Amino acid sequence: MLVIVCPHCGPRNSNEFSFLGERSSRPAVATTTPDEWRRYLYTKDNAAGSQLERWFHVSGCRRFLDVERDTVTNEIRSVRDVAEDAR
Amino acid sequence: MTSHRLPVQPGELIDRDDLVDFRWNGVEHGGFAGDTIASALAAGGVEVFSRSFKYRRPRGILTADFHDPNLFVQVGDEPNVRAGHRRLAPGMNVTAQGTWPSLEFDARAANRIVGRFLSPGFYYKTFISPASLRSTYQRILRRFGAGGKIDPATPPAHAGKRFAHPDVLVAGGGPAGMAAALAASHRGARVMLVEENHRLGGHLLYGGPDAAPPLAELCAQIEADDAIEVLTDSVVSGRYDHNWVGVVERHGGEEHLVKARAKCLVVAAGKIERPFVFAGNDLPGVMLSGAVSRLINLYSVAPGTRVVVATANESGDAAIADLERAGVEVAEVADLRRSSSQLVRAIGKGKLEAVELSGGRKVEADLLVTAVGWTTPTSLLNMAGDRPVYDPAAARFLPGDLPQDVLAAGGIVGDGPVESIVEHGRFVGFEAGRRALTTRAAWQRLTPRAEPSDEVAAESTDIPELPAAGHPELFAGPTDGFVDFSEDVKGSDVAMAVAEGYDSMELAKRYTTATMGPIQGKLGGVNAVAVHAAAAAATIEATGTTSWRPPYAPITLGALAGVDEDPVRYSPMHDWHVANGATPIVAGQWIRPDHYGDPSREVLNTRSNVGIIDASPLGKIDLRGRDVTKLLDFVYTNRWESLRVGAVRYGVMCAEDGVVFDDGVTARLEADRYYMTTTSGGAGRVWNWLDEWLQTSFPTWDVRTTAVTDGYAAMNVAGPRSRELLERVASEVDLSAESFAYMNGRVATVAGVTDCIILRIGFTGELSYEVHVPAGYGLHVWQSLLDAGSDLGIAPFGLEAQRIMRLEKGHFLVGQDTDGLTKAHTAGVGGLIKVDKADFSGKPELLWEGESGAPRRLVALQPVDGSVVPPEASQIVDSATEVSRTIGRVTSSRMSPTLGRSICLAIVDTPYGEGGATLTVRLPEGRDIAATVLDHHVHLDPEGERLRG
Ligand SMILES: [Zn+2]
Repeated sequence: MLVIVCPHCGPRNSNEFSFLGERSSRPAVATTTPDEWRRYLYTKDNAAGSQLERWFHVSGCRRFLDVERDTVTNEIRSVRDVAEDAR
Repeated sequence: MTSHRLPVQPGELIDRDDLVDFRWNGVEHGGFAGDTIASALAAGGVEVFSRSFKYRRPRGILTADFHDPNLFVQVGDEPNVRAGHRRLAPGMNVTAQGTWPSLEFDARAANRIVGRFLSPGFYYKTFISPASLRSTYQRILRRFGAGGKIDPATPPAHAGKRFAHPDVLVAGGGPAGMAAALAASHRGARVMLVEENHRLGGHLLYGGPDAAPPLAELCAQIEADDAIEVLTDSVVSGRYDHNWVGVVERHGGEEHLVKARAKCLVVAAGKIERPFVFAGNDLPGVMLSGAVSRLINLYSVAPGTRVVVATANESGDAAIADLERAGVEVAEVADLRRSSSQLVRAIGKGKLEAVELSGGRKVEADLLVTAVGWTTPTSLLNMAGDRPVYDPAAARFLPGDLPQDVLAAGGIVGDGPVESIVEHGRFVGFEAGRRALTTRAAWQRLTPRAEPSDEVAAESTDIPELPAAGHPELFAGPTDGFVDFSEDVKGSDVAMAVAEGYDSMELAKRYTTATMGPIQGKLGGVNAVAVHAAAAAATIEATGTTSWRPPYAPITLGALAGVDEDPVRYSPMHDWHVANGATPIVAGQWIRPDHYGDPSREVLNTRSNVGIIDASPLGKIDLRGRDVTKLLDFVYTNRWESLRVGAVRYGVMCAEDGVVFDDGVTARLEADRYYMTTTSGGAGRVWNWLDEWLQTSFPTWDVRTTAVTDGYAAMNVAGPRSRELLERVASEVDLSAESFAYMNGRVATVAGVTDCIILRIGFTGELSYEVHVPAGYGLHVWQSLLDAGSDLGIAPFGLEAQRIMRLEKGHFLVGQDTDGLTKAHTAGVGGLIKVDKADFSGKPELLWEGESGAPRRLVALQPVDGSVVPPEASQIVDSATEVSRTIGRVTSSRMSPTLGRSICLAIVDTPYGEGGATLTVRLPEGRDIAATVLDHHVHLDPEGERLRG
């Protein structure tokens, strides 16, 4: 149970969040190939070290967050609101 | 039996006015309130408490506390109770564990079924032998089990968990931990102080008269401090990421887990006295110095009558003083600090009779006390990433490098008189408080809208050194004895493991199982390392310690499991259903009426008159904004931009892999207001799904989503007379077929309740209206509809009747007729997949599935013999080939009361799914029946005349 500092709610236990896995970017639908699309669906980097991943503060503010976490030490380097980043 | 109880001792914990009766192996015993099970038995003259794990050797008191490996007993239906810790309670039925036929005479010790079962590595050696022998081994090994008995009839205990957010958590309530807690509290921190024993005080409790004044002072200060929460008879079981600290609160045999998030953790776990390895070191009558001091000072029990003490430290010296004060004859003191003095062996048959010292000198005694040093319980420090370092001068491991949020205090770090230990604890606590408050302030700053907290001085406090006292390196004597009492592992076993090539301590540990028993190396861990080092001709530093992993002490599974906290949900009409004879069914989190007596009659009444079902569990989402249509176009496979105000449309949602994950209807109630319904189980999932796309891919779209599942009660009025009924109670809406057609939705007033939503849809295949009512008026509207329809033959119907009617209409249920592999084409909704839309969730997969053709398809199936209902999940086989092959399965099946025959939905391999084909369904009992595939999914009224009327 980690501490994740939600930009909206502050530091919270990670069991308030759901983990949605490594961040992956969605291929362009018009031009994608089965290989590329299925890499997006199923292939993960599973890095030992820094990893960008997506969490959802489902029992809090219901915002989707991009979290940079070191998978070896569990140090959380940054937490950003996806939508505010994208705007 | 003679009483070994001493006259009143200063500081004793027993209440001599409060007698407690209990049973030990069927015999009545007595003790006092405040006794442990072991102290009461020892006072009554009991010397043997258990039989050892492998050799069935008689075992007595070794440490007289929680960590005593020889004091595992059964209390009633509770196995593995630690008799050195558990307090005596009236009427306790205590028995010895795993003894056969009795504690006094164990047949296995006499028979010596030894050989390969007892040699080191026997798990390894046994299970590579021929498989045919394994059941024999299993039988023999089972008999050897030393554990207690579980009574399957014991009702399950549900132990709630709680969360805690202390600034500072102190593990260990001895003088250092108490001082640390007080200092942290003075600094302004909220503190949780956790102590394994029933009282605070640590070694001061049994430290004799000199320890009483400082203990009393510390206790009084803790008592007076409201910022310190004290948990006694509790243990810190583990330290995990970001200082989440598991605390097990024990209340007798019942345990609760506290999930604490500590901003700073202080480990003040003290020291654990370690045994000495020599021949006979497990004989009843051989005890550690701490055991003797506990028995005398806490429980006023004389541990023997004539004693030899082998001491190398102040703890042994204190035991001598205690023994003398208690009137035990001290026959001999062997001072092991002098190299000339040696402890060679303990002699006795079943219990200690004499002690052999250097030069072959034998001294008669019934008690041998050893004080040869310490094992440092660095468990929690290990879990924080520390690798403790062996200090040969102190003959023990000491803490190494700790992370910022973990500090160590007191005996685990070094030695000294009480004042020095308290002083150290105070400095550590002060610094822990500073670090915790710094973190608290940082967290406050990171919390939007939170009150800022006071800034804390940045300078850290220098914690004075608490040096570890010099101690001779005493681990094993000149003879062979037990390294691990729980697992019956001897020094020679560890040496044999080294000789067989297990030169790594971690491997030898697994091979011999030393330190792997219930005591987990807390007593003899260092001894195992030292013996291993000696056998491998290596140093202890180079050999290193084994890793301590959580939990520090065993936790009952009930404490970990906690309470089942899944909510149960009821509709606003639930009480009506109960009062009207509904048979309930659990559907996800909801309790729903399955039927009101006869589902077939409910179907027939609905099809011929009018029925009403409580549909409140339907997922409901209110969608508002200018861009809702764009969102619907993205999450559903079909088209939405043409949906005009007042219209309702059905849609299927697919995940990005093209698999169907929900379906439902959405109504456009106003230009920028939509009302979406989802499957009952999918309500939360769909809401999250919408928000995920909006936030992560379309953050500029103007859409707001609100989950309103509990905000509306829903009821479906279905049947040929449903319009007639609704016209009687609804107002401000024209229900005529011309102005309120099939697949339309209106906001209306129903039974006087404004802002109801009426959707004309047809899951049952009948003319029907789904009425959504603000939840507080649900029962009122429900009752009004029933009252108004009494002359129309209205009757409620339950989930089962609805399932039958939807199957008659061939509507699939997501998760029942589809599974985690069913893409939209397979589900038969190809017509709703608009691949000419630029984009929607799962589009590429559905495009490709459409191009290559779905490998399987959902079909409607009717058994040729309409009286047979093949159970759901019956296999469909191709028996034309020599070996019949599974080509599909029945996903839904019922007897249709309307058609008077059995009907099914099934998923089959595409080539077998053509309309008119005859398939073979294999029933669970093995019989095959023939069934015909229909041209479409619909069993009843394929033209939909009932629906659209
Ligand atoms: Zn949040």
